[in-house]
Amino acid sequence: MIQPAKPDLVTVNIDGQEIAVPKGTNVIEAARLVNVDVPHYCYHPKLSVAGNCRMCLIEMGLPAVDPATKAPVMDPATGKQKINWIPRPQIGCGTNVSPGLHIRTTSPMVKEAREGVMEFLLVNHPLDCPICDQAGECKLQEQATAYGRGYSRYIEEKNVKPKRTQLGPRVTLDDERCVLCSRCIRFSREVAKDDVLGFIDRGSHSTLTCFPGRQLENNYSLNTVDICPVGALTSTDFRFKMRVWFLKQTNSLDPESSAGANTTVWSREGVIYRITPRRNDEVNDTWMADSGRVLYKQVRTDTRLTAAKVRGASATLAAAVSAAAELLRAGGVAIVGSGRSTVEEQFLTRQLAAALGGVSINLVSRVGAGDGLLVSADRNPNVRGALVTGLVSALPSAQLAGLGAEIDAGRVRTVLAIGEDLAAAGLTAAQLAKVSVVCLGTHANPTSAAAQVLIPTLTVFEKSGTFVNQQFRLQKFAAAVPGPAGTTDDLAVLGQLVAALGGPAAADLAGVWTRLAAAVPALATVTFANLPETGLLLDPTPYAALPFVEGAGLHHSPAKA
Amino acid sequence: MLDLWNNLHPLVQGLIKGLAVILVIFPLAGASSLAERKVSAWMQGRPGPNRAMVPWIAWIPFLSTFLRRLGLFHLLADGGKLLFKEEPLPGHVNKLYFILAPVIAMMPAFTTVTVVPFGAYLTGSGEMVPLMLANVDVGLLAVFAVSSLGVYSLILAGWASNSKYPFLGGVRASAQLISYELSMTLSVVPVFLWINAPGTAGTMSLARVVEFQSQPGFWGGTWFVFLMPVSAFIFLVSLFAETNRQPFDMAESEADLVGGFHTEFGAFKWSLFFVAEYSHMLVGSGVFILLFLGGWNPLPWVSLADLIGGLHRLTHAAAVVHPLFVGVLSIVIFLVKVLAMIFFFMWIRWTIPRFRYDQVMKLGWQRLLPLAIGNLVFYALAIAFLQKPV
Amino acid sequence: MAVIPLTRKPLSLVERTYVPAILSGLKTTFKRMFRPNDTLEYPEQRPAIPPGYRGVPTLVKDPNGREKCVSCQLCEFVCPPKAIRITPGTVPEGSGREHVEKAPQAFDIDMLRCIYCGLCQEVCPEEAIFLQNQYSLSGYTREELVNHKDRLYELGGTLPDSHYKWDKKKAAAEAGPAH
Repeated sequence: MIQPAKPDLVTVNIDGQEIAVPKGTNVIEAARLVNVDVPHYCYHPKLSVAGNCRMCLIEMGLPAVDPATKAPVMDPATGKQKINWIPRPQIGCGTNVSPGLHIRTTSPMVKEAREGVMEFLLVNHPLDCPICDQAGECKLQEQATAYGRGYSRYIEEKNVKPKRTQLGPRVTLDDERCVLCSRCIRFSREVAKDDVLGFIDRGSHSTLTCFPGRQLENNYSLNTVDICPVGALTSTDFRFKMRVWFLKQTNSLDPESSAGANTTVWSREGVIYRITPRRNDEVNDTWMADSGRVLYKQVRTDTRLTAAKVRGASATLAAAVSAAAELLRAGGVAIVGSGRSTVEEQFLTRQLAAALGGVSINLVSRVGAGDGLLVSADRNPNVRGALVTGLVSALPSAQLAGLGAEIDAGRVRTVLAIGEDLAAAGLTAAQLAKVSVVCLGTHANPTSAAAQVLIPTLTVFEKSGTFVNQQFRLQKFAAAVPGPAGTTDDLAVLGQLVAALGGPAAADLAGVWTRLAAAVPALATVTFANLPETGLLLDPTPYAALPFVEGAGLHHSPAKA
Repeated sequence: MLDLWNNLHPLVQGLIKGLAVILVIFPLAGASSLAERKVSAWMQGRPGPNRAMVPWIAWIPFLSTFLRRLGLFHLLADGGKLLFKEEPLPGHVNKLYFILAPVIAMMPAFTTVTVVPFGAYLTGSGEMVPLMLANVDVGLLAVFAVSSLGVYSLILAGWASNSKYPFLGGVRASAQLISYELSMTLSVVPVFLWINAPGTAGTMSLARVVEFQSQPGFWGGTWFVFLMPVSAFIFLVSLFAETNRQPFDMAESEADLVGGFHTEFGAFKWSLFFVAEYSHMLVGSGVFILLFLGGWNPLPWVSLADLIGGLHRLTHAAAVVHPLFVGVLSIVIFLVKVLAMIFFFMWIRWTIPRFRYDQVMKLGWQRLLPLAIGNLVFYALAIAFLQKPV
Repeated sequence: MAVIPLTRKPLSLVERTYVPAILSGLKTTFKRMFRPNDTLEYPEQRPAIPPGYRGVPTLVKDPNGREKCVSCQLCEFVCPPKAIRITPGTVPEGSGREHVEKAPQAFDIDMLRCIYCGLCQEVCPEEAIFLQNQYSLSGYTREELVNHKDRLYELGGTLPDSHYKWDKKKAAAEAGPAH
């Protein structure tokens, strides 16, 4: 079927299938649209085209025209325009579509070319798949199943190259496995803007290395591991920890800043082994910061809170909730919410405040330096969620000075801290001692130590919810692992507190969303289930006047917000 | 000694007789179970039970090894195990009848033993006096009547178990017993037609049947198995069916009914069923031998009296004609025959596969019953022709 | 598929009574009673283990005493009853075997789960796991029947190696690049 050609669309024929694709698309991407896989190593959709692996060879042809008259030459056998096939294969990544372009990806010539490339790539490959961390997600393994010989004709000694080179604090390089695709070099140069990698030597002896005196130590170095199509670049943290085929993938978000990079959490039997970026072309492309990848380590630490406590003594959740409700009912309450809580939790916090009536709501801001990419200046992932749900109407301040003054004045007698450390937010030990603290938290800190009622809750990796990132994009994440014994979902705890204080009965995530959609007009049509994995962009205009701290980042410019 | 016995109170006599039955039947049934295991093992190329040993006997060389290989002490071990095992009582059963069923199984098994003569001695006048616990005139009729009660225990066990397989087993057992009871009874009628001359007072006594087979002369000494082979065959087949032995063990039928009527039973209750089955076999074999295989007569045409007479002529010893010796000899001869029959039961069991239930019914009603009726008619006519009324 | 109709030979009257068949069966079983036993009396007599027997899975070392397993976890992956549990680990620098890079930190086979299918042996790329001749396995607790790494090597012992793959690799690395 030939679609009517729009000005910016080009109709091409791939393995007999006609498809209209935007101008400037290369053959690999065009083929992807008709579910034809063109194998490749060096090509990466978010990097410049190098065309050095030669794996994406395809056969290409253009409709024949008479040189003299420019009239189409028809093939009498088919009645269609004759195709002039180029007698040698072309690389798919470096070939952009042109009108009437014909592509063959399954012809004998293409298969033979790919098999030749595959054999050359494997000439010096050490074949140490049993000890290679890439095994299971290795492009060499994948393509070898389709284009490999199954045995080697190479009887000479294989090249010896350095193994276990530390390229930087987080990246280990095995040069023998490298297929010299240069993705990592291009990434460092083009995305991370930290040009530290390059090849030395020639031919088979080409070796990836850092520039003299430099290290691959920028905050995006682990992306080179992700994009490495083979096992050459490995994460020192994940190295030899677990084979990838055992790992369960859960869609999650990077909670370190309001950039909201999409991530995949890889876990096995309740233990998280690594976090990698998940492609979202509107947010983070295929990248994420190294600092966000180690956050899973907070899940299993000695300081994790695992038992509800009332005045220092262990208690059941129900007892802790009723003790907390009693404290809150006594009046003089201040709530310290969090920009790290999910949208749902913030909404329940608002309901809690409404049930109590006349309480002050504080948020703690965390501001750092933005790196212009995927770590934004606002290190709270969900301050905008608090704005959208109506928990707060102004941006939070870094210190709880106002709350401190209220405490000193004796107007606040009970503080409900939801996932925030009051001491770190500027309250003194004396001020903490003066009030009854109800603390919902994950890890031990001065607030949990001072708490009258302590209820252990879950980290981002153990619960499901949504964040609103700096673009006002509502994004959801799912629980990757179950929380440790003794912890309870924040949502359940807040729901029970609201219910204990006379508000609506506690509900699960879907139930909270039903109420959320009813209460917040901007989210009227949203449910957790129908929220797309790539997020839903909310209207930022009501908040345009607020002085957000984020600078420009990947896919984000403050002027737009 | 006989006077001492006769002077005892009838109740005490009965008690001693009852105890004697239990003390004989229980070990015999146990021995049969061991023999069953050994015979099956030998027929299947296995050594069979050969592990159990008693410490003191283990110190005797050779003999201990022989006894161990023979598996003799498995008898003790099995008995001990069954006695001391936990008595499980499933929660879903009807407790009273569940416990009653194995007890009822024992009753006909032991009662029939009493009316079966197992030997004889000769009085001074050469008259044969049969040895039996209860000399009842109705003889075989009593055996039939009482042994038929055995099926009630199976039905009761199957029903009280309140479980589908036992129930099916019980139902099958009852239907099967009814089916074969007829043929069995009809098959023995020619025997009694033959021994009871027309117009005279008749008897159903089993001892009389043996006596009849002990007469001198060719026709007098002929065992009924030769005279009435068809009757013997029908009786034997029905006997297998009545005792629920393979190939007729529809009531147990472990391939399709798990364990049949005793699926829910265990430990001592189960072992009572087991003993009952073997005592049925013992009694059945005894009756068959009395009816068709000459009872305690050593060989066809050689009666016990002939044997004693021959021995006396050879040795001239007074002891040979002493009633005690004769009695013991006759019991030994009878017992050897019974054990041979038991072996035959086992031999059949480990040779022929189990019938399908419909085949059992078909065989009973469509083959054996017409055959038995035809047989009866034939012998009735033959006897009427041969034995003209005097 | 062609259907071949077979007609059974009709039985004669004597055959239909089954008496001859039963008698011949009785003859067979009776003769069988006097033949020697076929039984192997187990604890005293042991069966001869045929080659290719699949006994208890074990880990083996090569003749140089090198632990062959590199904890690739393929056996753990392929194991149908999930009896194998491996904790991978790094070979420390300076151990003389750092060129192998990877070795199991812990290697547990739960023999209560193992079904002796031999897939682990089949899948092992390093020829490190073998189902050998041990067939008699018992214990008093569940813990006893989980074979840990040291026990697995004790059971496995040393098997001949036809490759010495890693030794060759080390020699090549020491010889340096060919240019």
